[in-house]
Amino acid sequence: MTPEKLYETLKKIQEPKGYFFNRDQEFVMELMHSLLENKERLGYMACPCRLASGSQKDDKDIICPCEYREEDVREFGSCYCGLYVSDDWNQDKIPHEYVPERRPPEKIKF
Amino acid sequence: MAKNIFLYALSTCIHCKRTRKFLDEKEIDYDFVYVDKLSGDEKEKAVSEVKKHNPKISFPTIVIGDGEKVIVGLKEDEILEACQK
Repeated sequence: MTPEKLYETLKKIQEPKGYFFNRDQEFVMELMHSLLENKERLGYMACPCRLASGSQKDDKDIICPCEYREEDVREFGSCYCGLYVSDDWNQDKIPHEYVPERRPPEKIKF
Repeated sequence: MAKNIFLYALSTCIHCKRTRKFLDEKEIDYDFVYVDKLSGDEKEKAVSEVKKHNPKISFPTIVIGDGEKVIVGLKEDEILEACQK
């Protein structure tokens, strides 16, 4: 799988659900690389911006797209990583705020 | 006097990469560790240190001095202000 192929695949699945890739293409492609790196290292595409445990079971909630994306995009227009955003976010109709970590720390196993 | 600046980061995290780039561009000296690249006791120690400064254990976590200032996330203005004080 190449980052470009992953991009195309995810775009087709996520856009109809209202989740758009960040308009910053360079940013998005770096994240595609990181997701593939995690897939190779861990066996699953853990959120690149979070500390993964190495156990797919323990990291179920942070496998991209993570369980927190829906609430983050609803509240901030962007997921924690900034990979998925709303259309309004991409069009600067809402401010681009720092998205705080929503995952409860007790879920982090290491 | 230059302050000790320590960055806890993840090698795959884009905000961490951009934080390093920002610090480099601003010629701010810092040390860093990629917590995801550690294992065993080293990882456990690093995670406890992050937790002490940032209970959410999120990245990047920047610790300035002995922890008198902790910045979570790439908050450019805050980083500049804290590092230049």
